Amino acid sequence: MTAYIIRRLWQMIPTLLGVMLLVFVIFNMVGGDPAYVLAGKISNQEQIDNIRKQLGVDQPYHVQLGIFAKQVVTGDFGASWSTNEKISNILGTRLGPSLMVLVPLLFLETLLAIAFALAVAYVRGSLTDRAVMIVCTAGMSISILVYIIVFQYWLAYKLGWFPVQGWGNGFWENLFVYSSLPILIGLVVSIAPNLRLYRTFVLDEINQDYVRTARAKGLSDNTILWTHVLRNASIPIITHVMAGLPGLLVGAFLIERFFSIPGIGREVILAVERSDFPVVKAITIYVAVATMVANLLADLMYKAVDPRVQLK
Amino acid sequence: MSAITIPHEHEVSPGLWALAWRRLKADRIAMISLAIVAFFVAMMLASSLGLVAGDWSKEVGTNYATPTWFKDDVAPPPPPGTPEGKPQDDPTVQAEPHAEGKGAEDRKDESSVVDPLADVLKEVRTETANAVQAPVVARLETLPFGADKWGRDVLKKVIKGSETSIFVGLASAVVAVFLGTILGALAGFYGKWIDDVMNWFYNIFTSIPYLLLILAIAAVLNKKGMFTIILILGLTGWTGTFRLIRGEYLKHKEREYVRAADAIGASNTRRMFVHIFPNVSHVVLVQISILVVAFIKTEVILSFLGFGVPVDVVSWGSMLNEAQSEMILGKWWQLAAAGTTMAILVTAFSLFTDALRDALDPKLK
Repeated sequence: MTAYIIRRLWQMIPTLLGVMLLVFVIFNMVGGDPAYVLAGKISNQEQIDNIRKQLGVDQPYHVQLGIFAKQVVTGDFGASWSTNEKISNILGTRLGPSLMVLVPLLFLETLLAIAFALAVAYVRGSLTDRAVMIVCTAGMSISILVYIIVFQYWLAYKLGWFPVQGWGNGFWENLFVYSSLPILIGLVVSIAPNLRLYRTFVLDEINQDYVRTARAKGLSDNTILWTHVLRNASIPIITHVMAGLPGLLVGAFLIERFFSIPGIGREVILAVERSDFPVVKAITIYVAVATMVANLLADLMYKAVDPRVQLK
Repeated sequence: MSAITIPHEHEVSPGLWALAWRRLKADRIAMISLAIVAFFVAMMLASSLGLVAGDWSKEVGTNYATPTWFKDDVAPPPPPGTPEGKPQDDPTVQAEPHAEGKGAEDRKDESSVVDPLADVLKEVRTETANAVQAPVVARLETLPFGADKWGRDVLKKVIKGSETSIFVGLASAVVAVFLGTILGALAGFYGKWIDDVMNWFYNIFTSIPYLLLILAIAAVLNKKGMFTIILILGLTGWTGTFRLIRGEYLKHKEREYVRAADAIGASNTRRMFVHIFPNVSHVVLVQISILVVAFIKTEVILSFLGFGVPVDVVSWGSMLNEAQSEMILGKWWQLAAAGTTMAILVTAFSLFTDALRDALDPKLK
């Protein structure tokens, strides 16, 4: 087990190097000299010169790459070009609000999608099944933007059930007052595709021989579904949830933007709008690392769920 | 597709495409959704040729003209006494001609001192001013789908917007699938170090969330435009196709027909693209179909955020962006029009993709 984890961590290095190279090509080679980007924002020539020196723009590319590699290794990406705030500080303060929305969203969404998927798969082929599938397909086709605009206008602005936007200071206030509408919208948007997907996972299992055997033994349908079928269907479900995890962090940026939640996603958009390259660079690197770790965790979870899985 | 249909009098067993087409024809939902998609594509072509909605940017209605079929309960703004008086009621319309007129006046004063042609210029200016004034008079109170803030016809904007969104979706899906197919074919067919390098690329691109990568590239590229966004989507969206095509090539290169082709001296390229490719082309088609839907959605989000198409091009995303601020004023028709049109297309396209995948599934043969 330990050997496996160490080997997997070791294998991450070439991928991380590649990500670094890609980010470097995008920002340092395609993006070019930051002086042009900064010219409109920072009038202080001294400051621009300082940033150019920091990045080593006047040096050959391999020296610049070395500077960037050092930033990645030490985790010190310098300061934002727009606000001059330390990047480690930006990320540290933005992570909390993001997680405040995403953790409850992830739990609720996964549980609800699994429960609905089992229920729909149980009555497969019936009118209910077909109706739910049609509603899901239609619901998935509506742009997330429309959901956000309509819900924000109708539930928050018109009916006044939720604050239209904003973020407070207290933990419970944020969780129950400011996060609730974003979480609700997140649920509406994400349950439909997940329900459809999990239903096919469950259907793949439900016709297997072991289900027939369990039924022949006289087990109740509930036991068969929740114990036998779910456990077998959970491997692709885990893959799906874990694979979507880092994307969720960024993917919620629309919600964070609309509701003015000071999270990572909104920070990405702001940084892109302001051409604040160091912030985008740092977030890309961290999210890539998070993705690789999530993949590793997913593989470890397979082992926990299914003892037949051999970690090689 | 229809060109491959084999006449029944020959005793040739139908090929994959003929079988798939036959299955697809039997599927009612597939045919309906195909008709809807075909309608949208026809609309896109007609619009890009300028047959419809060429004049989408013309301000034909009053500001926020209501849809014809919608009775607004709220009392309408005081009706204009004279047609000329109308624009003056509204500060947004009023602001521009007024400012321009003032500027022209100032310029005239300056120029009359030195410019011998000042009188002629003045004449021309009055003429132009009259010519510009004229169309403002005939503004419609209602339009089929209503009008936006500037009085532009929402129906025409939706048509023009679907041209942008569908074109971007189709073009970037083709780019992405082309890239994925070539890389996947190389990796699967040659294996060894080529496969390792391609997989390394794959790992890099999949470890950065798709949207983050797109935003990062959008941050760097200052040139906004349709081709930039097609390029961004195409360059970042190839990974899924790569994985599938690589798997297919791994499977096919050991098959007997490929070994036979090798034995009669077919080159690597010939085996890859003449012998194997037709046998994996159904995967390619389904992938394009899946990606079109995904890219249309992504384009809408990018344009909404202002990282997509330029400002002078209308897209469903930019319409939704305008609609966001209109909602607070209770002007919901632009949101409804863009949102519904997009939902219809995406539903039809997804249903068609599902049917296509089922029809092309070799297991069902």
